[in-house]
Amino acid sequence: MSWLSNFLTSAIGRKLVMSLTGLFLIVFLLIHLTGNIMILIPDEGASFSGFVEAMESNPVIKVMSIVLILGFVIHIIQGILLYFKNRHSKGGKYAVIAKDNATWASKNMALLGTIIFLFLIIHFMDFFIPMKVLKEYGHHQLYHKVIAAFQNPVYVVLYVIGMISLGFHLAHGFQSAFQTLGVNNEKYSPFIKKLGMLYSIIVPLLFALIPVVVFLTHQK
Amino acid sequence: MKLTLKIWRQNGANDKGHFKSYDVVANEEMSFLEMLDVLNEELINRKEEPVVFDHDCREGICGACSMVINGKPHGPLRKTTTCQLHMRHFKDGDTIHVEPYRAKAFPVIKDLMVDRTAFDRVIQTGGYISVNTGGAQDANNIPIAQSIAEKSMDAAACIGCGACVAACPNGAAMLFVSAKLNHLNLLPQGEVEKLERTHKMIDRMEKEGFGACSNIGACEVECPKDIQLINIARMNRWYFSSAFAGDQ
Repeated sequence: MSWLSNFLTSAIGRKLVMSLTGLFLIVFLLIHLTGNIMILIPDEGASFSGFVEAMESNPVIKVMSIVLILGFVIHIIQGILLYFKNRHSKGGKYAVIAKDNATWASKNMALLGTIIFLFLIIHFMDFFIPMKVLKEYGHHQLYHKVIAAFQNPVYVVLYVIGMISLGFHLAHGFQSAFQTLGVNNEKYSPFIKKLGMLYSIIVPLLFALIPVVVFLTHQK
Repeated sequence: MKLTLKIWRQNGANDKGHFKSYDVVANEEMSFLEMLDVLNEELINRKEEPVVFDHDCREGICGACSMVINGKPHGPLRKTTTCQLHMRHFKDGDTIHVEPYRAKAFPVIKDLMVDRTAFDRVIQTGGYISVNTGGAQDANNIPIAQSIAEKSMDAAACIGCGACVAACPNGAAMLFVSAKLNHLNLLPQGEVEKLERTHKMIDRMEKEGFGACSNIGACEVECPKDIQLINIARMNRWYFSSAFAGDQ
């Protein structure tokens, strides 16, 4: 199997891993958003709790949640390894930095990824760890915990910053993942680029809307 | 026109290097290299060390000129080599930063001249077609679609100047290697050794210390010969095939 390890540690092999885990996480975001957006339905959390219940009782989701965590871990570790490999390959900084030859996001994927990672730590500490690991409360109470957490304006701001970073990360990452896979030609590349741009605006925007709307509508 | 040049002076690969300021009087008809020639004449007359820079054909086809002007390989003009960049694209009184390519795989030899033999070693591993005997056959006997021939020709425009590596924040050489691979792999004569060539050249590219592509696209923008990112996508497909294909 040395051919496989050789491939996976090559520059293009590493990029393929980044691309595939990235696309997997992109799909996950849609599922996550489908559930979360139900928080905004004004039914005292009935729809949201129903969704959580369905997810919690589904064995496929249980298995996929392990795959998901693996996906995150591999994407993050590979990203860090690539960052240091590439930093080593670069000879040094130019006195004048050209700004018009690439997008800001494309040159700052590691920085954006780090901000998203810090956001994820806060996000996990808020909900995942107390509920799933420490079992401080059951998933039936999740709706009220979410509403309570977003009463705090600091959290709301942190979540919005996290989502802005996610938007820029996706703006480059979405189309970049396809380019790495070798999916680039005049027939479908314009569509992929447009879809990527729409995705990277709409999905983080809807995510960010949840804490903002909860904060504005549930003030005591 | 009066210009202030901030030129990188570095005495060999182990020297730290620094910017030195020079005033030079140029005219708008000069190419950037001719303007540097004027400066060097003055430096020689003043018994100072002239600025070392690579140059050869001065008509945009050899790929020798290699400096970074105001943060851009080959300067501000798109699809243009430094030798074809004229001073009319600058203004009187401008301050211009001139630096060597900065990449681990391109160590500085002196001042603005870098060692690009890493590219030669990549070419040596697969940048050829193995036809070791006989005369060239009649070109019309080899059927090839015009659209494919055009793609190969577009890639063959690469002059191997290394601007892609210099522009890349990762010091990656993927645009160069992909151009060479597309040039040869798309043609019937080169198709025979396609996967082997892809594997060998990419392997050598990595051993030379070039970085990994993150699809930033600065290489494509700065390339004086307009080599497109789509070449990298095709290269990746061949690389996946070369990695996963069996012998059967």
